[in-house]
Amino acid sequence: MNISLSINGTTHDLDVDPRTTLLDALRHHLDLTGSKKGCDHGQCGACTVMVNGRRINSCLALAVMHEGDDITTIEGLGSPEAMSPMQEAFVGHDGFQCGYCTPGQIVSATAMLSELKEGWPSHVSDDLVSAPKMSRDEIAERMSGNLCRCSAYPGIVAAIQDTADKETT
Amino acid sequence: MKPFDYLRASAPDDATRADATIIAGGTNLLDLMKLQVMSPDRLVDITRLDLDHIEDHEGGLRIGALVTNSDLAADDRIRRDYPVLSRALLAGASGQLRNKATTGGNLLQRTRCPYFTDTAQPCNKREPGSGCAAIGGQTRLHAILGASEHCIATHPSDMAVAMQALGAEIEIQETTGATRRVSIREFYRLPGDTPHIETVLAPGELITAVILPAPPKGRQVYRKVRDRASYAFALVSVAAIVDVQDGRIAAATLAFGGLAHKPWHDPAVDRALEGAEPTPELFDAAADVLLADAVGQGSNDFKIVLARRTMKAVLAEATGLKEAA
Ligand SMILES: Cc1cc2nc3c(=O)[nH]c(=O)nc-3n(C[C@H](O)[C@H](O)[C@H](O)COP(=O)(O)OP(=O)(O)OC[C@H]3O[C@@H](n4cnc5c(N)ncnc54)[C@H](O)[C@@H]3O)c2cc1C
Ligand code: SF4
Repeated sequence: MNISLSINGTTHDLDVDPRTTLLDALRHHLDLTGSKKGCDHGQCGACTVMVNGRRINSCLALAVMHEGDDITTIEGLGSPEAMSPMQEAFVGHDGFQCGYCTPGQIVSATAMLSELKEGWPSHVSDDLVSAPKMSRDEIAERMSGNLCRCSAYPGIVAAIQDTADKETT
Repeated sequence: MKPFDYLRASAPDDATRADATIIAGGTNLLDLMKLQVMSPDRLVDITRLDLDHIEDHEGGLRIGALVTNSDLAADDRIRRDYPVLSRALLAGASGQLRNKATTGGNLLQRTRCPYFTDTAQPCNKREPGSGCAAIGGQTRLHAILGASEHCIATHPSDMAVAMQALGAEIEIQETTGATRRVSIREFYRLPGDTPHIETVLAPGELITAVILPAPPKGRQVYRKVRDRASYAFALVSVAAIVDVQDGRIAAATLAFGGLAHKPWHDPAVDRALEGAEPTPELFDAAADVLLADAVGQGSNDFKIVLARRTMKAVLAEATGLKEAA
């Protein structure tokens, strides 16, 4: 099937089997290998990308279903020369060890902060009606879809907290 | 994954007449297609249909089948008037999955029985007549109520448990184009000798919406007990809507997840509570009603105790007994 996908602001035309996941389209067809394949079943979060500003697992998405959507990958957030604030914070706080889950963590955390800004509650929010407050527990709950097998969680949480603090000041 | 033809529906009729398997968020279907537990020849993508609105309706709300779990949980009306539903949604899956998962797809997600997803094992749900590998196996996630000798699986949805307590209705477009509404209480089937048939939906039928009645009176609580603090399926969950007036329970509706092939609702449990003063003894008596026919399978025997304790804790919270103590 011939489809066109809008990724990081650029339109790409590609010919894919309908079975191709968005993740495989990115990695195998477009050489955007920042998004990682961990479990391939929506359990680990290493494949997290944003579709129309919302984070999703690209391994549980068909590329053909995302024509016309605005897709952002880790490559679209920043580059080694011009890192996004979240990318910088991950480096600054050592928010990784082996680095395999890191692109997914960063994309997920970036989108998670927008969800928080929009006032979305979480499982650990005491009160559903008022706007949620940022805390370590909120970060842990909202990031539970991203696993880190090196368990670099203290650095990951610190990086996210730091980015959130800088955004609000 | 086996090859399939891909079609995109631009009107509901395209979906009901396509002779194809519907795909919405894809978070359950694609997972099962990768494992070849489900291998449809044709997929019809319904995500372009105009079914993603939450509208005021008959004093309640009409939730389009494509409203995502995230949008539903964050909707101001749901947070204010149906907190049990918001809480149930937020207790399920992860941020990424909730952004993709839809209301219709969540209702129809398949069981997490590990033998169902292992194609090397016999499973009556996956392959009717092949047997049930779970019976006599690892049954931590399995049913204690309403199971049969053919299947002991549980329904994994959190959202559906809250909708069960709320008495939601499911709006269905039939293949003829007609629409019918079915109460969620009649929507799911027990396994019996046909565990592969899970609901009253006929092949090709499309869920178009879920209709919530006017907001119920009283307190709403959802509690989920699981193996991890986040991102795990329920061992037991309880949704409760309880209205206390003048020291007595005027109305109560309880629904349970993790216990059965469907989100469980037993009107006799509600009746055991109604009209009485909330006390730990009353809660125990209501739990006796719930669990009268409960049967453990070995490694899930603990659920019989856990269901009672979770139910009592939820009732204490919902009736304010906890604050008084
Ligand atoms: C790692 C992981 C953890 C999870 N944890 C939880 C959890 O804790 N609690 C929980 O409740 N859920 C959990 N889920 C399940 C998740 O909620 C479901 O996968 C999701 O809700 C399914 O919705 P979907 O739109 O993606 O459905 P799809 O995958 O698109 O569809 C599921 C089924 O519904 C059918 N279908 C979809 N829409 C319609 C419609 N409108 N009309 C008729 N048929 C339709 C499809 O044909 C398919 O058979 C988890 C999933 C994963 C992968
Ligand atoms: S419990 Fe049901 S789903 Fe699990 S193996 Fe037995 S028949 Fe299959």
